[in-house]
Amino acid sequence: MAAAAAAGPSPGSGPGDSPEGPEGEAPERRRKAHGMLKLYYGLSEGEAAGRPAGPDPLDPTDLNGAHFDPEVYLDKLRRECPLAQLMDSETDMVRQIRALDSDMQTLVYENYNKFISATDTIRKMKNDFRKMEDEMDRLATNMAVITDFSARISATLQDRHERITKLAGVHALLRKLQFLFELPSRLTKCVELGAYGQAVRYQGRAQAVLQQYQHLPSFRAIQDDCQVITARLAQQLRQRFREGGSGAPEQAECVELLLALGEPAEELCEEFLAHARGRLEKELRSLEAELGPSPPAPDVLEFTDHGGSGFVGGLCQVAAAYQELFAAQGPAGAEKLAAFARELGSRYFALVERRLAQEQGGGDNSLLVRALDRFHRRLRAPGALLAAAGLADAATEIVERVARERLGHHLQGLRAAFLGCLTDVRQALAAPRVAGKEGPGLAELLANVASSILSHIKASLAAVHLFTAKEVSFSNKPYFRGEFCSQGVREGLIVGFIHSMCQTAQSFCDSPGEKGGATPPALLLLLSRLCLDYETATISYILTLTDEQFLVQDQFPVTPVSTLCAEARETARRLLTHYVKVQGLVISQMLRKSVETRDWLSTLEPRNVRAVMKRVVEDTTAIDVQVGLLYEEGVRKAQSSDSSKRTFSVYSSSRQQGRYAPSYTPSAPMDTNLLSNIQKLFSERIDVFSPVEFNKVSVLTGIIKISLKTLLECVRLRTFGRFGLQQVQVDCHFLQLYLWRFVADEELVHLLLDEVVASAALRCPDPVPMEPSVVEVICERG
Amino acid sequence: MEDDAPVIYGLEFQARALTPQTAETDAIRFLVGTQSLKYDNQIHIIDFDDENNIINKNVLLHQAGEIWHISASPADRGVLATCYNRTSDSKVLTCAAVWRMPKELESGSHESPDDSSSTAQTLELLCHLDNTAHGNMACVVWEPMGDGKKIISLADNHILLWDLQESSSQAVLASSASLEGKGQLKFTSGRWSPHHNCTQVATANDTTLRGWDTRSMSQIYCIENAHGQLVRDLDFNPNKQYYLASCGDDCKVKFWDTRNVTEPVKTLEEHSHWVWNVRYNHSHDQLVLTGSSDSRVILSNMVSISSEPFGHLVDDDDISDQEDHRSEEKSKEPLQDNVIATYEEHEDSVYAVDWSSADPWLFASLSYDGRLVINRVPRALKYHILL
Repeated sequence: MAAAAAAGPSPGSGPGDSPEGPEGEAPERRRKAHGMLKLYYGLSEGEAAGRPAGPDPLDPTDLNGAHFDPEVYLDKLRRECPLAQLMDSETDMVRQIRALDSDMQTLVYENYNKFISATDTIRKMKNDFRKMEDEMDRLATNMAVITDFSARISATLQDRHERITKLAGVHALLRKLQFLFELPSRLTKCVELGAYGQAVRYQGRAQAVLQQYQHLPSFRAIQDDCQVITARLAQQLRQRFREGGSGAPEQAECVELLLALGEPAEELCEEFLAHARGRLEKELRSLEAELGPSPPAPDVLEFTDHGGSGFVGGLCQVAAAYQELFAAQGPAGAEKLAAFARELGSRYFALVERRLAQEQGGGDNSLLVRALDRFHRRLRAPGALLAAAGLADAATEIVERVARERLGHHLQGLRAAFLGCLTDVRQALAAPRVAGKEGPGLAELLANVASSILSHIKASLAAVHLFTAKEVSFSNKPYFRGEFCSQGVREGLIVGFIHSMCQTAQSFCDSPGEKGGATPPALLLLLSRLCLDYETATISYILTLTDEQFLVQDQFPVTPVSTLCAEARETARRLLTHYVKVQGLVISQMLRKSVETRDWLSTLEPRNVRAVMKRVVEDTTAIDVQVGLLYEEGVRKAQSSDSSKRTFSVYSSSRQQGRYAPSYTPSAPMDTNLLSNIQKLFSERIDVFSPVEFNKVSVLTGIIKISLKTLLECVRLRTFGRFGLQQVQVDCHFLQLYLWRFVADEELVHLLLDEVVASAALRCPDPVPMEPSVVEVICERG
Repeated sequence: MEDDAPVIYGLEFQARALTPQTAETDAIRFLVGTQSLKYDNQIHIIDFDDENNIINKNVLLHQAGEIWHISASPADRGVLATCYNRTSDSKVLTCAAVWRMPKELESGSHESPDDSSSTAQTLELLCHLDNTAHGNMACVVWEPMGDGKKIISLADNHILLWDLQESSSQAVLASSASLEGKGQLKFTSGRWSPHHNCTQVATANDTTLRGWDTRSMSQIYCIENAHGQLVRDLDFNPNKQYYLASCGDDCKVKFWDTRNVTEPVKTLEEHSHWVWNVRYNHSHDQLVLTGSSDSRVILSNMVSISSEPFGHLVDDDDISDQEDHRSEEKSKEPLQDNVIATYEEHEDSVYAVDWSSADPWLFASLSYDGRLVINRVPRALKYHILL
């Protein structure tokens, strides 16, 4: 539209119709359209909203409407109404016309009176205005007279006024001069009174003037006097400043005054710091004295309190005063202050560290943490003030270091506790044996050890947890949120302890009894069970506990539970295997001695089972009981549910007969070999020192295997007489009777014992075996 | 590979004694002594034909008694010594004697083995090592480098040095020493060191290893508690003068530097029962052979404590550059000790193993049931060591 309007004047550019057309007509048309729409919807337009919707304002037949047309109205009446109604309306209309006439008359009367009074009033006003004009003229003349008089007076006074002004100026000058002349004496007085502030203010005021007029001799004298006094003043101030007895605020005041006296700031700054250093060093010395080895050091909390209020507070004051006084010095001054703070701070830290190092051995963590908290909190304030000096960072570092050392200390503590437990167990194992009682309650001991270790771990965790408590000021440092929890506590403390526990336990396997080791086998067994328990439950419990207490974030790789479990299991396995070896060795030694020391060639006919064999069975039973206290039964091969009777018959009749049959036919020397070889084809190879499983039967099987294999090898090294062979036969049968019940696969016992007897037979130049029934009788009797 | 397969030979009797024919350096020949209480014992001379993988045997009768130990003279192929049991009036005494085998058997005979049964030849007795005053003979060892005139025998707690005179027909006791202490001390085994001009002998009794100087017959070192239990055997490293290996009832094989008797240099624990025998290979001392009563023979590669810890040092420079670099890199890092192979051909306890004196890649093992197995070092390893 605007474009069209602009282009309008140029001919031929726009469309044919005039630009005014649409602009003028459009609202009209629109309003009409609106009106029709509103009519359609029963709405009245614009100001007609209040009126009843019925009559059309444009209706020429409306008597009250603006567009009333009497002709049309009459026409309409005539056309539309019946006669009676026409009559009615005619009378009605006549009545209305009359009423209107009378109304008009009353209106005219009323207004007439008002016109008359209005005319009177206007006439009166005209008179008053004329009087006023006269008075105004008189006023104008009077004013002119007054102006005239006034001008004359000021002209007369002009002269005096100027003189007074000059006199006032002279007076002021004189007062200033008087001040200057009196200045030296005033200054002296001030100095005498010690009102240094006043003196410095006077001096400041006079300085500039004196400077300006120093070419005049009289002023010069004053200036000289002043300078002398000022010098003395400065001297005194310095004196006071150096004495330093007064506190830091007064010193600050001195420095401020000296600065105002225009002393060199650089030098003052140095001196100020030197004084501050002196004070702070005194604090440090007193702290050091507290540290001193001879007097019993106050507890660490007190120490850090002293340090905090004495040294750190002092440092704060110094720093605040310095920044206020020497703000003008700019970055160089700040640097100086930072260096100053750094140096003293480092000495303070050294003291604190020495003190904390003394605390390392102590057990009270909460006190330490509180002390550290105060220490750290105290240093955060100057840290903000002296960001450049990095005191807060250094303090955090110290806290971290202490925390690390603390962790190390706890780890040591746990290790020591573990070793202590082991010592207790050793003693407990050793003690009742002296009293001649049956072996101590291994299960009970195990429970004791486990619970005591666990409680130690929990106590350590709780102690360490203090470091991360919310109210402690350093707990939100990144180190304490992340590394401390995951690397320190979880990895360093807990995982480290489990590792060391496994290692300690394994070390019992490594020193194989020869070097004064003599680890009681029961201890091996107990440790093995302990490790196994750790593998099944305790490790995951402890780690879950740790993870819960210390919300370990996953930014560092942590040792998974499975690795630890595997390690614990391996340890348990090695311990148990070692236990089997040790116990097997004990029984082996008995058997070996019994075989090696006897003269088998000239032995008598066997009447009894040898005592050694009974001893072996007794010991095996004892071991069985001992292992049974800690380990589950385990599985056997099904056949062992049979009684020993059956196995005996199998053993003695079929096998033994078959075995010895060829011995009676001396012409066939190879048959024994052949037979035993054929038999071996069908039996599996026996791994003597094989790893054991975690159950009683497996343990016992291992021990018995070792013992019987030893018996076999020893028998092969000897030569037997007839009765020697028979004795071996009896002994083996006795073992057979009692040992089968301990092992997983009794076939194994048969096999080994068979081989022992067969080997004895081979080593016998005159092999005549005993009747199985006799063997049986002897064994049952024994 | 076909010729890597073991060769097995069966004896009719139980056997514990095995030795290579030490003086023979061309043919692979082992001597085996049997143990039988009821029949005449034998010494089997076993010739192994490496090319055809065939065993030839000759049997000599050893009527004196069952053989517990056998050793061959390093100088004379025909001479050997045995320790044997003599049973008399319900008394068993182990004696030792030096024997000479018939001349025609010295270098092995290739007649067909069938007719050996007809006439078993007998050993000729050269001399007895008179031990009536000293007790049971445990073993006899020859001076390894000498002229076959000096032997040492161990009898109970005595160590006896003999001079063989008049072409070995007479044994004169040159010197002796004995072990004093509480309890019954008994030597179980001994070896003569090939180093130091053959002036050192090491012995084992109970759990202790001892070294002796043959000139003064005094003890020079003592490794107490070398093993947790009885020490069964020991052997000297042929190439490193202070190193020796021992084995025992604790299933372990330990390697010692005799200059430091407190700690073993290395410990192996591969066997699952007593280890009865340990032998260094005569030329490549990283190869160590052990036999155990778990019926296994284990060949280990103890490179790290051998005389060639970095493998064979290549000094010829004419290998092409790239190859050279690679091989150098490889050879610089020390090789790992490991078990080369476990041989499970035996079904009874193995009481003796030994390397052939002629072929350094071949060894024999003997189990109680009379089974002799001849094995070779795996070919790959052999080439690895050689090249």
